[in-house]
Amino acid sequence: MLNPISLAFKNAKKKKRPALLTYTVAGDSSKKQSLEILKAISNYADILEVGVPHNTPVADGGQIQTSAYRAIKNGIKMNDIFKIVSDFKKTKNSKPVILMGYYNMIYQYGENNFLKKCKKSEVNGLIVVDLPWPENKIFSKKCKKNEINFIQLLSPTTSNKRLKSITKDSHDMIYYISMLSTTGGKLKVSPKKILANYNKIKKISPKKNCVIGFGITEKTISKFKNTDGLVVGSQICKEITRSLNNRQNPVINVSKMVNKLRKKIS
Amino acid sequence: MKLKKGIPVIDQGDRLGFWGGKFGGNFVPETLKKPIEDLEIQFNRLKNDKNFIKERDKYFKNWIGTPTRFIKLNNLTKQVGGAQIWSKVVSDANGGAHKIYNATVHCLLAKRSGKKVIIGDTGAGYAGKMLSMAAKKFGLKCKIFMGAKDIKRQQPNVKAMKKNGADVIPVYSGSQTLVDAVSECMRFWVTNCDTTAMCVGSTVGPAIFVRICGWSTSQISRELKVQLINEFGEVPKKLKLYNCVGGGSSSFGFWNEFMDYNKKQVEFIGVEAGGPTKSKRHAAPLTYGSKIGILHGAAQYVNQNSDGQIEETESISAGLDYPGISPLHCFLKDTKRARYTAASDEEALKAYQIVTKYESLRPSLEPSHAFSVAIKEAKKLSKDTIVIINSCGDAYKDRGILEKKLGKKYVKSN
Ligand SMILES: Cc1ncc(COP(=O)(O)O)c(C=O)c1O
Repeated sequence: MLNPISLAFKNAKKKKRPALLTYTVAGDSSKKQSLEILKAISNYADILEVGVPHNTPVADGGQIQTSAYRAIKNGIKMNDIFKIVSDFKKTKNSKPVILMGYYNMIYQYGENNFLKKCKKSEVNGLIVVDLPWPENKIFSKKCKKNEINFIQLLSPTTSNKRLKSITKDSHDMIYYISMLSTTGGKLKVSPKKILANYNKIKKISPKKNCVIGFGITEKTISKFKNTDGLVVGSQICKEITRSLNNRQNPVINVSKMVNKLRKKIS
Repeated sequence: MKLKKGIPVIDQGDRLGFWGGKFGGNFVPETLKKPIEDLEIQFNRLKNDKNFIKERDKYFKNWIGTPTRFIKLNNLTKQVGGAQIWSKVVSDANGGAHKIYNATVHCLLAKRSGKKVIIGDTGAGYAGKMLSMAAKKFGLKCKIFMGAKDIKRQQPNVKAMKKNGADVIPVYSGSQTLVDAVSECMRFWVTNCDTTAMCVGSTVGPAIFVRICGWSTSQISRELKVQLINEFGEVPKKLKLYNCVGGGSSSFGFWNEFMDYNKKQVEFIGVEAGGPTKSKRHAAPLTYGSKIGILHGAAQYVNQNSDGQIEETESISAGLDYPGISPLHCFLKDTKRARYTAASDEEALKAYQIVTKYESLRPSLEPSHAFSVAIKEAKKLSKDTIVIINSCGDAYKDRGILEKKLGKKYVKSN
């Protein structure tokens, strides 16, 4: 049987479109509201990345930092995040969930405890921003044993030799970072160039589902229709901030935005 | 965990950059793997290259001004009544602090790799000031990231950076101090690592930055060893080296050359920032038993909550106001080669008053922490014990704080 993440890619492929992955921060702007957001966008997105907020994020730009600080200020803890995921998983049309965060949060929880808790709350995958290959070898094996997808990251600076080793050690899904940037940067590389790199990865590793993230927004998303999946994060976080500033309901606004994103790649 | 003899400590990390199997490493985004590897290859080649060393020494001598003085503090010794108190006046170095060594080496490396821009973090503003000086000297563009709170409290150094043509970029996130400045600097590097070199301002960050910085500041102890032999004919039988510890670059550099001596002969005492007496937000992870965590790409003892969020710190000295500590010092602590303790804001201020009262030396608030502990301990030590404090920064940058805390008479003009 296919794992839920691979199944989500397969279903999207059947409809001849890339899978849509969203990124929102757990606890932004409150525990309850972040759960509501997940439930709402789950109508349009295929896989939900749930950010674990951290206060020294070395790879996140302004929008995601704002969301993360907001969530931390509101008192979000690791256990609350697991609770949000498991509550979400109990809803009818829930989708696969990938937790995304920094290694210190896992390290403090204890790798084994963390994975146990992931399993229990039905987390399907993990992205650990600052645990690159080969440092992640042992942990990614542990994930596999627990049927959790450890998602390796690739970037424009990744050498061909590294690319081969990393994809070899990766599970069903890999994540290509489109450009040299923190999250939230404007797309500064042409889609053509990004797709050329994407195709290079697919050639080396045709069976793995490769998603592209960083710089994907309502404006740019339609240029990447011929891919396995696309991740939108900062634009959604920004929409939450905008809604809060305008005293509007972020759940409704974000859900509208994700619906639009989905239409653009359908 | 064991410290090896005959191998520089900066080279005692394992294949993945861990000292003692658990401190340091490279917890970085994938994008930075390549520039870090490039820097590792470059540094590993150059650190044994005779021409490069010659070039480094030329700039150290003619531009930084080596050696810095090694002086006896006669009045203070008399006043304290115990061990002989000496100081290595590293603030003699061009720019007024030890940060110049690391900045110079990073600029030399950046130049050789064809980079046009160099970026760096700063807390007290010295790392930033020195990088801006070195960048100017070597024709590189320079950007300095500095917490908004530090910009306010270290104005003299901010002015110096700007005068040298550097962009000073205020960081408003988090506690608006050094920890946030380093994060922001690393984020900038993630986005610009193809054209830009990064200098980390202390022996922190991914392993290669720890190594380059430790290698650079070791100039201090190389000089000191020669000066000791000139003065005493040998390395004294009872020697104690006191140094403040923020990230740990000046202390590591002050000790490195004496690493292989028995600690009964050459003892290392690191003094962390204890913050205001009544506070708990200490920037003293080694003294108060913080847990190991990941900060800025490296595993280290770090102030954090049970979830792994990095905690804010509080110290009167911006240069020590950092929740983490170099992996090198974690290693020296756990191998018991060095001893660590803390001084409070008040104790540092008091030490500053004592030193300036008896000597024509004006240590900044960072080394004043080390003076505080050294003075206390020297009282109880025998006359043949040589106590040396690294006076690694000049108090000019602290004039605003000193005037506010102690009144005008403690702020000499210049
Ligand atoms: C004068 C001075 N001393 C000490 C420090 C602390 O850093 P480190 O422990 O790396 O020497 C600083 C940092 O800015 C400084 O300016």
